[in-house]
Amino acid sequence: MAREISQAIVDGILIGGVYALMAAGLTLIFGVLDIINIAQGVLVILGAYLSYSLFTKAHIDVFVGLLITVPAMFIIGVVIHWAFIRRLRGTERTSMTLLVTYAVALIIEGILYKVYGANFVQINAPSTNQTVHVFGFYIEYIYIYGFIMAVALVVALYALLYRTRFGRSVRATMQDETAARLVGIDVNRVAALTFGIGVAVTAAGGMVYGATNSFNANSGYDLISRLLAIIILGGMGSLGGALGAAVFMITLESVVTIWYPTWAVAVFYAALVLVLVFRPNGFFGQKAVRAQ
Amino acid sequence: MRASLPWFSRNAIALSAVALSVGVLAACSSSGSSSSSSSSPSSSASATSSANATPITIGASLSLTGDFSADGQAFQKGYQLWAKDVNAAGGIDGRQVKLTFLNDASSPNQVVTNYQTLINTDHVNLTFGPFSSLLTGPASAVAARSGYAFIEGAGGAPSVFQTPQNQADHMVFDVSLPVADEIMPFVNYIASLPASERPKTAAYPMADDPFADPPVQLAEQKLSALGVKTVYSNVFPAEPSSYTPQADNVAGKNPDVVILGSTDVPTVAAFMKAFETNHYTPKWFVAASGPDQGSAFISAVGAGNADGIMVPNGWYPGYNNAASQKMVSEYIAQYGGSASGVNADVAEAYAVGQVAQQAITATGGTDNAKIIAYLHSGVTLNSVQGPVKFDSLGENGASAAFMFQWQGKGSKFVQVLPQGASGTIAIIKKSPWGSS
Repeated sequence: MAREISQAIVDGILIGGVYALMAAGLTLIFGVLDIINIAQGVLVILGAYLSYSLFTKAHIDVFVGLLITVPAMFIIGVVIHWAFIRRLRGTERTSMTLLVTYAVALIIEGILYKVYGANFVQINAPSTNQTVHVFGFYIEYIYIYGFIMAVALVVALYALLYRTRFGRSVRATMQDETAARLVGIDVNRVAALTFGIGVAVTAAGGMVYGATNSFNANSGYDLISRLLAIIILGGMGSLGGALGAAVFMITLESVVTIWYPTWAVAVFYAALVLVLVFRPNGFFGQKAVRAQ
Repeated sequence: MRASLPWFSRNAIALSAVALSVGVLAACSSSGSSSSSSSSPSSSASATSSANATPITIGASLSLTGDFSADGQAFQKGYQLWAKDVNAAGGIDGRQVKLTFLNDASSPNQVVTNYQTLINTDHVNLTFGPFSSLLTGPASAVAARSGYAFIEGAGGAPSVFQTPQNQADHMVFDVSLPVADEIMPFVNYIASLPASERPKTAAYPMADDPFADPPVQLAEQKLSALGVKTVYSNVFPAEPSSYTPQADNVAGKNPDVVILGSTDVPTVAAFMKAFETNHYTPKWFVAASGPDQGSAFISAVGAGNADGIMVPNGWYPGYNNAASQKMVSEYIAQYGGSASGVNADVAEAYAVGQVAQQAITATGGTDNAKIIAYLHSGVTLNSVQGPVKFDSLGENGASAAFMFQWQGKGSKFVQVLPQGASGTIAIIKKSPWGSS
């Protein structure tokens, strides 16, 4: 039994890393822009398909392929912001973005169906299938890489936001858009770049997801509710919180699976509700700064 | 230094509700945008006196998007292929066939709305079934209320036939293999082995689904009676965060046999991937569904990994039946690929059309009451899946259960059980994992 529990914890931590990687862009976009990006799940799948295409058509390793897919997803993010998001204004902006990004998800899903069909695919690259034997467990390298990337991403985004001039502009825009304009910050540009970065980092999550799961255009809808739950539990906008919450929730689900697999998913969401009863701002969320 | 950004979070609880319900929202919204398309294949038939005859309108709700989209789209191809063949031959009794499809986005709620639309708004002459037992149950209830016959090919779970509507009206007709007994050829094969060669242990992970569980539970019961020890038997949610924990648990038990109650390719692929990671290879690996999806299965798992994987069914592309071989040829001509890549869903859908066609011809029209009576008359009908003869609840009692297996590094999908049956070749044990 001890071995099963240990295995479940290892699984939970590593799979949680993958979910954190997928959720990082979502929490960044919400934290800075107040946009609930319902398209995040489909964007993960788009990232997975891009990596899949580069590997199967151009024989580019999935990790090397990130040098292409990350910039490509950045451009896609900027275009989505320019075409659908930037015009949204007013008090209903946040709720409107729910609908708009859902429309974006449907459009992307439709395009993916058209291009790739409905059949499930999986990235079966040699670099993603190798395993390592540690403490009696076989672990796929891709999960280890995914977890490392998740941690690196949190650190990099944190550095970007707190150690760069661009980051100061982002935080200023987030705190008071009008004041930011007055001091000369191009808030539209900041918003577009932030949205682009949020989508760009999703490319990494998509690659790891595609290497560990079979997927088709619809798979994003299975992801989005969990990703939202993770960023809420972690504290909306908290990058480290997303990582912590992902690891916590997936590990919990994984451990429950040992005894009650039928209830594993229910426990995932029950944990969300329970934590919010005692910590309405999530694990790492802070008091609202724009509620005044 | 702050560990987190001081973001706006006053809507945390409200948004948690969004998180909990967005999956439902997604399904509802995609289904709300249910695309409607009609297929009226251009007929190459000569312009006969039938040209002005009223077409026979047939409606079906299919999962063109959503979780079952791979199956739903394959089903659409099967229906369209049948309609094309019928119309090219001059129609049914001189009447062309016109198909109308509505997209249910794999939602049991939307499938109900779609059949209400097809029956009450579009006034189609006949309804064909959707994909999956999960959707066929609620869909058939709508058809029953309007007195429609409900001929379907992918609703074989016992729960579909045990609905109060069907027990009262007897209007569901499944042209395919009933699922409950479908793994019995494998059980009988194990029973035929000398005691020393039989598996000692077995695992039965099952997705929470009306289609997947009954045959696996029956197999577990029968194999246990044969002395095969059950080391794992659990039902897991259909869409967990990851299948890896379940698969790791199974691999940790190291069973000789794994019988997976799966509903789709991703479930099977995830278990295969986790088994490979754990360097665990079961001697026999049977999945209730997924490996029968031809190229859709191979594209997800890799050809090198497919060898030895078995799946129960009533049809496979190499089936020695003239109509089946013609259908497979037409499919390849239209959609490309190879015979082993043809999804079993295509044949199931095609067979639905064939059975309906014979009923229309025999009854002289599309009177659903007459069609129901005819299909319950004990008549044996022909289809690309073999003979069809319905029992009192609409299950196909004439169908035979077979077990199919991937061999030849994922290049061949062959019939391996029952032993001695026509077309059966030798079963192989699961070969070591190796991605192509």
